[in-house]
Amino acid sequence: MLPLVLDQVTFAVNGKTIIDRVSIEIGAGPRTIILGSNGAGKSVLMRLCHGLLEPTSGSIVWRGAGNGRQRQAMVFQRPVMLRRSALANVVYGLRLAGISPRERELRAGDVLEAVGLASVAGRPARTLSGGEQQKLAMARAWARGPEVLFLDEPTANLDPGATREVETIIGQIRASGTKIVMTTHNLGQAKRLGDEILFLSGGRLVERTPVDQFFTKPASAEADAFIRGELLWT
Amino acid sequence: MREITQALGAAGTMIFSFDPKLSEIVLLSLRVSLTAVAIASIIGLPLGAAIAVNRFMGRRALIVVLNALMGLPPVVVGLVVYLLLSRAGPLGDLGILFTPAAMVVAQTILILPIVAALSRQVIEDAWQEYREQLRSLGAGPLTSAITLLWDTRFPLVTIVLAGFGRAAAEVGAVIIVGGNIDGVTRVMTTAIALETSKGDLPLALGLGVILLSLVLALNAAAYWVKEAAQRRYG
Repeated sequence: MLPLVLDQVTFAVNGKTIIDRVSIEIGAGPRTIILGSNGAGKSVLMRLCHGLLEPTSGSIVWRGAGNGRQRQAMVFQRPVMLRRSALANVVYGLRLAGISPRERELRAGDVLEAVGLASVAGRPARTLSGGEQQKLAMARAWARGPEVLFLDEPTANLDPGATREVETIIGQIRASGTKIVMTTHNLGQAKRLGDEILFLSGGRLVERTPVDQFFTKPASAEADAFIRGELLWT
Repeated sequence: MREITQALGAAGTMIFSFDPKLSEIVLLSLRVSLTAVAIASIIGLPLGAAIAVNRFMGRRALIVVLNALMGLPPVVVGLVVYLLLSRAGPLGDLGILFTPAAMVVAQTILILPIVAALSRQVIEDAWQEYREQLRSLGAGPLTSAITLLWDTRFPLVTIVLAGFGRAAAEVGAVIIVGGNIDGVTRVMTTAIALETSKGDLPLALGLGVILLSLVLALNAAAYWVKEAAQRRYG
């Protein structure tokens, strides 16, 4: 279904423009990191791409073949766990993706194994720790075998240990052939996980740069200021 | 004071000797109110869920009306159902006035708004949390509603029990549409009203004790269910 093409996408709420005429083509391959300060519109842009929000104007089109919601997945900053077991949470996602009942259990078991949650598969999901819940959210998304995975600050609420585990899982998902699109606040994480940076400021897409170039020689003054400002704190 | 202790003693004897007259009244009460709460739940829970997850014209007005109907005066419901079911009324041909069926109808109308309005509130709160995740997984309104009903099952149990408490404790509606006919439509509350006015305090008190115990047991059960669920499922 990739590439995803945004043409002059604008999103406004009550007259306040949050995303301002963004045009971009996101293709398979490089891991895309969306950076920007708070309120720059990172999460909103991602929700527009994922189809959770409708643009006020402009168009968002999946150019490739095989369109459909089950071909894309999203993991949120705060995982939403259903009141059922960890395994049942993954199975639920697979059911909505139209996977046959027999295969659901098999796949769910495999993916829990892969993210290191096999031992808690039977536990109620809401009793798991924050890190485990986020890993489970990753597993639930990954099990569907998405072509694109959107990650909205997936480690923002996690401690360093859980962050490392989630980053490892992102690597596994990427290795299985899924395109990664992710927002983060953490510049180190952007460097570790990203291939290219989309930098947003005030709802506008200011620049799109390969990751190493972004941190050494950003093309825009806004990005330069952002990196300097952030580095003071990291 | 001596009268009360005497009456309480007599009431105790009636309860523990399973007095047939008393048992008959208690069982009819349970049958009528349990049937009413079952019907009200079958209609009210899905209705609450549907209002919670859908956006449509007149939704706010509907919510306000439902909330207001929670305070329906039982005598008014009794009067309206009486008019509908009486010989000359539009549903007079059913011939169910002064039968337990009429009492079930009246109590169902009385508690349906309670079940629907309170479940709407609970499910909508959960919907705020779940909405993006469910949409991301591809759940439509129907799937979302079913998922939310299941995930809020513990608070919903409390709501259903509240509905039962209201039904079992009301006297105004059942006395009008049931007629308090001995052995046919006499339930705990109508019997208490009658026996008190006749001066048969032991029977009235016995019924009062049973009614109170029932309400107490229900509340204990509701509390216990919620606590246990919270511990187990988070």
